[in-house]
Amino acid sequence: MTTTTAAVLVPLLPFLGAVAGLLLGRRAPGFVRPLAVLPTLAAAGLAVLVAVRQGGGAGGGTAPLTAATRLADTGSVPVDLALQIDGFAALVAVLVAVVACCVQIYSTGYLRDDPRYPSYAALVSLFTAAMLLVVYSDDLIVLLVGWEIMGICSYFLVGHYWETAAARSASLKAFLVTKLGDVPFLIGIFALAGDTGTFRISEIHTRLTSETAGMPLDHPTLIALLLLAGVAGKSAQFPLHTWLPDAMAGPTPVSALIHAATMVAAGVYVVARLLPVFASSAAALAVLAVMAAVTMVGSALAALAQDDIKRVLAYSTVGQLGYMTGALAVDDRGAAVFHLITHGAFKALLFLGAGVMIHAAGSNSLAAMSRMSGLAQRIPDAFWTMTVALLALAAIPPFAGFFSKEAVLGAAEHAATGHTSGVPEGVGWTVLLAGLLTALLTAGYAARLWLLAFRGQGEPAPDHGKQPVAMNVVLWALFLPTAALGLAYGTLPDWFDGESLTPTLTTSVLGTGLALGGALVMYGAWRHSSARARRVPLGAVAAHPEAADAVSEAEAIATHEAAYGSIAGAVDPADPGRLLLGPLHRHAAVGFHLDAVYSALFVRPVRAAARLVRFLDREVVETYVRGAGGAPRLLGAAVRRAQTGNVQTYLGALLAGSLVLAVAAVLVAAGA
Amino acid sequence: MHLAYPAVLAVLLFCTGLYGVLARRNAILVLMSVELMLNAVNLNLVAFDVWLRDTLHAGQALTLFTIAIAAAEIGIGLAIVLLVYRNRGTSDVDRLRDLADPPSAGQDPMDDSMAAPTDNDADQARRARRQTA
Repeated sequence: MTTTTAAVLVPLLPFLGAVAGLLLGRRAPGFVRPLAVLPTLAAAGLAVLVAVRQGGGAGGGTAPLTAATRLADTGSVPVDLALQIDGFAALVAVLVAVVACCVQIYSTGYLRDDPRYPSYAALVSLFTAAMLLVVYSDDLIVLLVGWEIMGICSYFLVGHYWETAAARSASLKAFLVTKLGDVPFLIGIFALAGDTGTFRISEIHTRLTSETAGMPLDHPTLIALLLLAGVAGKSAQFPLHTWLPDAMAGPTPVSALIHAATMVAAGVYVVARLLPVFASSAAALAVLAVMAAVTMVGSALAALAQDDIKRVLAYSTVGQLGYMTGALAVDDRGAAVFHLITHGAFKALLFLGAGVMIHAAGSNSLAAMSRMSGLAQRIPDAFWTMTVALLALAAIPPFAGFFSKEAVLGAAEHAATGHTSGVPEGVGWTVLLAGLLTALLTAGYAARLWLLAFRGQGEPAPDHGKQPVAMNVVLWALFLPTAALGLAYGTLPDWFDGESLTPTLTTSVLGTGLALGGALVMYGAWRHSSARARRVPLGAVAAHPEAADAVSEAEAIATHEAAYGSIAGAVDPADPGRLLLGPLHRHAAVGFHLDAVYSALFVRPVRAAARLVRFLDREVVETYVRGAGGAPRLLGAAVRRAQTGNVQTYLGALLAGSLVLAVAAVLVAAGA
Repeated sequence: MHLAYPAVLAVLLFCTGLYGVLARRNAILVLMSVELMLNAVNLNLVAFDVWLRDTLHAGQALTLFTIAIAAAEIGIGLAIVLLVYRNRGTSDVDRLRDLADPPSAGQDPMDDSMAAPTDNDADQARRARRQTA
């Protein structure tokens, strides 16, 4: 098998699996699980094969693999079914396929009794195929196809528990907000193709980077900002990040796949592929940096105030994506994709572990977990793997997150000191300072999550039985890259652009020190406030502890608002986040009122316009329609009067009519 | 004999029949009036046959046909009137108004014709219902 064949099969296999799953799901339930797991597993194997054969990518000497077939000769800019596999594509594809595998295997346990499992598994496969298409594609239009398929799959999967109102509205919100970004993205693609004359990413790359054919874009800032809107929507960056925390109403494996490792990564990945476009406009880089900084700090503060464990992780995803866009803003896509890969591994692990925790605790509320003792003993596998994953999230050496985050901070410091050409120093400083502040906050919320969830005091945690082997195996499988992937910092530059990813001393010391400081402050606050937990009983646990994990989660989502007053926060005075944030806590819990702002800015005007349209339709247009029906009805009523039922009247009228006709005929014949 | 006499007589007969058809209330008298009109036509046919000196006497032959058909028609007509009288208790043409548009217009115009009553009591009940409505 040639490398090209293998690369084509990587997105194709999950797609075929999805089609087969959707067609056979009802008729042959026995085939559903193999159809869900095996194509993804094969795709992961092939992705690894492609990565090994392409080893080294662009930087290490192996030329990127490019293959294309003309799809549509549009007359101006042709559309090609093209793939380009360099180091970035090969490694991200391995990440996507491996995480998708883990999620599919985990789902066989997590959703084991779910009646909608066949369609769920097929949609996850379709989603994986779309993401792999985005990763391998060299043509922007083909990339857009995968991009939009992910959007619609995300809509279906977030709305998996459509019986609950939260899931329904969250799926709609995710769809609409990402689409809001996709429209400028599409226009940006067309503008880019108009300027460069091609949809092929590799050709755009060549034209913009090589000095000989140097052909600068006509409107670099405009194109970059249009593309950025789509990226902000997909990658959940400020100000379009609001859909991601709400999307936690979907099942936990979906959160792990879509909202941690793949879909949100697509935006960052696309910027990484098109980085020369962004780099040709200092204004776009500045916007990217400010967006990243606001996203990082804001989401980290919001994560400190969340009560739903999955929403904490969702906001942390938003923040970590902020690191990646920050790295892109300082023109270092190697660091961005390095962080994307390590983050994909440890965030998938965190979400999958959170799914186990929600089932074991019977609640998704940290307030409820902090009033339970012995949760760690009930789920030892999840406890150990999540502890390491949280350490990786907080960027404590030697775990994966440390190295990738240091690569980002190092790149920012490099730019801040003016060593990166084409990047303003202010951009570097913005990213560096925001990144350091976020490192502190990240360690804080990671410590808060760990302390509240695993160091709770009170009633012993209920025994909901052993977790399925499929779920625990996946946790340990993801544990390996979480713990050790960072150590690859030495070889990864060969896969990327060749820039060093080695942690520098200054940022390492600063970052680690801030992270340790954040964790220690959080520990102190927790010691101070946890005593109050006993005085304020809180908590609601699932009604069906013996059922599959997904049932517990759906019940927890449905009851959270009723039990704690809000979908996001809880009125828990023992929460150390409340103590530390002080008056800011109230605002942080609702995501700094961004939803309310959007509601005032967009939702209410649209509703008012809809009411106006309804008025025009019901009262104005409908009046004409009713008139058109009413006038004949009135005429008919007049004619009905004549219909008395008296045959003699009818005959009289007939006679009179015949006489009139006869007289007329005679008159006409006589020529009068 | 001048043609005018039978022609005028036929016109008078026809008009009498027409008046009877349009104005009489008894169904049997209406049928009799129809016979008058038919016979006025017969008279015309015979008179014009003679006046035209038709060798084939087509007018007289047609008259014989008309008489035969009129006999059949009146037989059937009287049978219908008899059955209507048995069912409705009346042969008054003015009161046989099943073809009328029901007063509650628009609800179900098929109602009356579909549910044909089979005896007098049902007819009375229906009429009472209609008056109260």
